[in-house]
Amino acid sequence: MSATNKLTIARAMAESLAQEMRADPNVFIMGEDIAQLGGVFGNTRGLYAEFGGERVRDTPISETAFIGAGVGAAMDGMRPVVELMFVDFFGVCFDAIYNLMAKNIYFSGGHSNVPMVIMASTGGGYSDGGQHSQCLYATFAHLPGMKVVAPSNAYDAKGLLTAAIRDNSPVIYLFHKGLQGMGWLGTEPAAINQVPEENYQLEIGKAKTVISGTDITIVSIGMGVHHALKAAHELQKADISIEVIDLCSLVPLDREHIIASVNKTGKLIVVDEDYHSYGMSGEIFASVIEHDHTIFKTPPQRITYPDIPIPFSRPMEQWALPSTEKIINACLTMKEK
Amino acid sequence: MLPTNEQRRWMYRNMLISRYMEERIETIYMEGKKPIFNMANGPIPGEMHLSNGQEPCAVGVCCHLGAEDIVTATHRPHHIAVAKGVDIKKMMAEIFGKKTGLSGGRGGHMHLFDKDVNFACSGIIAQGMGPAVGSALSRKLQQKSGIAIAYIGEGAANQGAFHETLNLASVWKLPVIFIIEDNDWGISVAKSTSTSVAKNSDRAAAYGMPGIFIKDNCPDQIFSATAAAIEQARRGDGPTLIEIKTSRLAGHFMGDAEDYRPKGEKENLLMNDPIPTYRQALLDENVITLEEDSALVQETQQLIEDAITFARDSDEPAPEEALEHVFAH
Repeated sequence: MSATNKLTIARAMAESLAQEMRADPNVFIMGEDIAQLGGVFGNTRGLYAEFGGERVRDTPISETAFIGAGVGAAMDGMRPVVELMFVDFFGVCFDAIYNLMAKNIYFSGGHSNVPMVIMASTGGGYSDGGQHSQCLYATFAHLPGMKVVAPSNAYDAKGLLTAAIRDNSPVIYLFHKGLQGMGWLGTEPAAINQVPEENYQLEIGKAKTVISGTDITIVSIGMGVHHALKAAHELQKADISIEVIDLCSLVPLDREHIIASVNKTGKLIVVDEDYHSYGMSGEIFASVIEHDHTIFKTPPQRITYPDIPIPFSRPMEQWALPSTEKIINACLTMKEK
Repeated sequence: MLPTNEQRRWMYRNMLISRYMEERIETIYMEGKKPIFNMANGPIPGEMHLSNGQEPCAVGVCCHLGAEDIVTATHRPHHIAVAKGVDIKKMMAEIFGKKTGLSGGRGGHMHLFDKDVNFACSGIIAQGMGPAVGSALSRKLQQKSGIAIAYIGEGAANQGAFHETLNLASVWKLPVIFIIEDNDWGISVAKSTSTSVAKNSDRAAAYGMPGIFIKDNCPDQIFSATAAAIEQARRGDGPTLIEIKTSRLAGHFMGDAEDYRPKGEKENLLMNDPIPTYRQALLDENVITLEEDSALVQETQQLIEDAITFARDSDEPAPEEALEHVFAH
């Protein structure tokens, strides 16, 4: 049994990166403010001191150039880990992501690999306005050729990042700012957990049942998992048994895992901090119904971000976000049916 | 640095291969598209961007390169692919969308990838530049030999990616060279109406790298003018931006009526076709004899005919093969 440490997601990510860089000289990191600063969200802290500026490279503010460069380096045998500081910034560089990174394996007929990771921060709740608070999970998950993962806690964060770095396909690694363990962004205590010192991988594309229950299935990813867990805890007092599934990965989506749970409960709630329409919640509902249209005992519900740009003002933003309270209310309504 | 006679014959031969390829594709492309032109019909469907006239840009630069060097090309990639040594048969089969193509028909003529000779393209303007910069970084980090060349058209010099990648390559002093094939036209928009400078190579100054303008669409001049930049990149002394004044002898794509060209321009360009000009120079300077020339013509035509036969005879991919190779194995 290897030793464990209680870590934040930020520290767990940095530990994974350091261990992979020690093990494989082809792993390197580039992005804005990831060298001496250690990443705006702390996930590359200590790496510049250990590995130096050749392998931990601060870039100019030129996402198209350095993400495109990541693709070229990955196709030439390197394993670049590239940080897109806020996922919201994808707008200035999406061609490099979805037309190059995600398609070059296919265009090469499988002769070339693109072993590249893009780490990007997601999520709001701290009044950073509409260009620094989005999740955009479905935007990436919709387009073929990229795996998409999003950890909800430090243990998963390390295992998923290690798996992402070792994967020969491109992986979008989305970490939620509210879970990162940076005090100045607020901190979700349950995201900080015991992390083995030894390196390990979590299989990409596998969901986890975080708590088992029999009445209602709640499926979520990232921050939503924590809202669901708190709701489940409260609902226990009302004798409602909730099963919480943490998807961990959006691509590939672990449909079997979700269907197995809904087979048992017949009731499904999807919690998603990404926009409501054309997103994860609709995809999950469709996947379940395609499997068996009689599976639901009650109409499924979704607690998602409304289809609006994210407002700055605290009351408006907090009202729009998924919350424990919204989940509890949905469960109570669903239980009565 | 002047090319040797052997290098001149190599450049001439590769221009011939490229030109015959384009001429044959031009004919075959129209099969099934008459009397009504529908891009989806015929043995070669889709858009077709021919490279007639731009062959000197390909051979003059690629003559300096080996298989280990990386080249990224554009939506108009055939001449560069030929000069880089991409497998002609597999390339032709890819253009026909056949199972035996470079990617088994998944890419098509704008997405030719040949890992064996480090060749790739992107159909999006200026987007080959980032990967070229990244593979140059890869060579630097791995301390492996080889440089990267990113080909773009003059229209790409107005894209954000152009400016971002030039800056990045310069800041990191990477072994990469940017080649602008300036054929004066971005589809129908003239360079003079879209571009704030007369020479895009002047833009190199903004990124602290040398800029070279090559005014003649001539393989020897391109060879000589790029030699030092390539040597500089190989030494680890950083990138160069090179603009070559070339000519697009065909339309932007097949089916382009080219009504936007000023009267007489096309005729003038065709009169200055770089291939007959180069042939005459090689004959005049006794680099090749008439007999050698006709043998070379015959040999390169046969090469293309064999590739076409290979492509035509190859199986179509099974439709469901479309599902393969989305992710790495």
